[in-house]
Amino acid sequence: MGDNFDALIGALPMVGEGVWITVQLTIGGALLALVIAVALGLLARFKNVVLRGIARVIIEFFRGTSLVVQLFWFFFVMPQLGIELPAMFVGILALGLNYGAYGAEVVRGSINNVPSGQWEATTALSMSSTQRMWRIIFPQAWALMIPSLTNLLIQLLKGTAIVSFITLTDLTYATDKLRNSTDTFFAYGVSLLIYFLIAYVLTLIMNALEVQAKHKLGRGESLREALSFRTPRSADGKAGIS
Amino acid sequence: MPSQTDTEPAIRFDNVEKRFGDNVVLHDLNFSVAKGDRVTLIGPSGSGKTTILRLVMTLEEANGGYIYVDGEPLTHEERGGKRVELKEKHKNEVRKRIGMVFQQFNLFPNMTVMENLIEAPVHVLKMSKADAIEKAKGLLEKVGLSDKADAHPLELSGGQQQRVAVARALAMDPEILLLDEVTSALDPEIVGEVLNILRDVANETDITMLIVTHEMQFARDVSNRVLMFDGGKIVEESDPETMFTSPKEQRTRDFLSAVLGNN
Repeated sequence: MGDNFDALIGALPMVGEGVWITVQLTIGGALLALVIAVALGLLARFKNVVLRGIARVIIEFFRGTSLVVQLFWFFFVMPQLGIELPAMFVGILALGLNYGAYGAEVVRGSINNVPSGQWEATTALSMSSTQRMWRIIFPQAWALMIPSLTNLLIQLLKGTAIVSFITLTDLTYATDKLRNSTDTFFAYGVSLLIYFLIAYVLTLIMNALEVQAKHKLGRGESLREALSFRTPRSADGKAGIS
Repeated sequence: MPSQTDTEPAIRFDNVEKRFGDNVVLHDLNFSVAKGDRVTLIGPSGSGKTTILRLVMTLEEANGGYIYVDGEPLTHEERGGKRVELKEKHKNEVRKRIGMVFQQFNLFPNMTVMENLIEAPVHVLKMSKADAIEKAKGLLEKVGLSDKADAHPLELSGGQQQRVAVARALAMDPEILLLDEVTSALDPEIVGEVLNILRDVANETDITMLIVTHEMQFARDVSNRVLMFDGGKIVEESDPETMFTSPKEQRTRDFLSAVLGNN
């Protein structure tokens, strides 16, 4: 066992680099996915059949095809069509499109779940549809969508494990290499632990965002209160949309 | 010389029809509300009263006929014998003259009380923020909530929320104010605090009001005309005194005795 730890310390730079690649893919993919999710989610709500249709086709296509196949397409097929893309770019693009398509449904559903009274109040105040969405509806929908987005973010992190197929030396690749100098049990044990830690940190960040978003709606404690050690209040505080 | 709009009624329904699926809620409805009038709509639930307010606020769209605000068509106009829908821009211009207070308050929970009050004046009417805040402070004082400017709506009681909602509607300087069962969601002991404020608004301004309420005393105090609805039709129409003391129609008598008997 001692040999294993010596080998791990020796392999730390490689593992560290793998973690860094995984983190870059996760954050880049998540940011792109968020932009795509919001854009497609909003587009899918338009009255205009063409715009709505475009959103639906993109959502269904990227939800309905495998992430691995999408990666292969962008990385191995596109160059044959004369479009050569760097591996990291392809990784972020595929993750962003795939999870963005899932996220679009979350965004659309959360917007539709903002109570109709809120929409009606904006009409009664003659707000334009842009003002209505960005100043009133979306901030409320945001609090509703965070729990589902957290799930998608964790899935996206785990989804990054397949990018070694397109030459990226991520965490999974690094631990696979670690297996050469240690044993299978140890190497994959380290891998499990690191993925779990990253996922846990992401969950904590998303929970903090949720507390903050709910507090902005006047429900539940502020982030500062939530982080102090004392008897917790219920997350929902007072009655409201749950 | 008075302009055309001075002689036009504030609201006019011209053969308005509203259906929800096969259910005809309003059929060939004709009535008008003069400028400065306070008209209360009474009648059993499902008689179409709230639908009328929602049509004026453009929350629902009529299936037939025309609604005019200050003589201007609201959502549709007649062009060459055809019923043509008007552009969103036009609807929004006419809509700016109308304010509404809802049964469920519908304050924006992502904003403080002050932000609720200045949101539309600043972003819709393009008022300067300083002016909007000044005006909002005056309105909060009027509704007795000066100390709640920085509170979030959900920290307030129902009665307080509804008073903020009244202030928010008034912040837009509406010519027409629609009150949709504004006390129905409130505990009986705080109904009075909201109605008193609305009485003040009625006494101190010349805003045209169209009111749906089950508070018959309030209707009697504030309105100068009462319309009794049943099955999407006007059954009876008179001043409040006559309506509440000596209604002509049996249907009105039945309704009033049921409502007043339960109180």
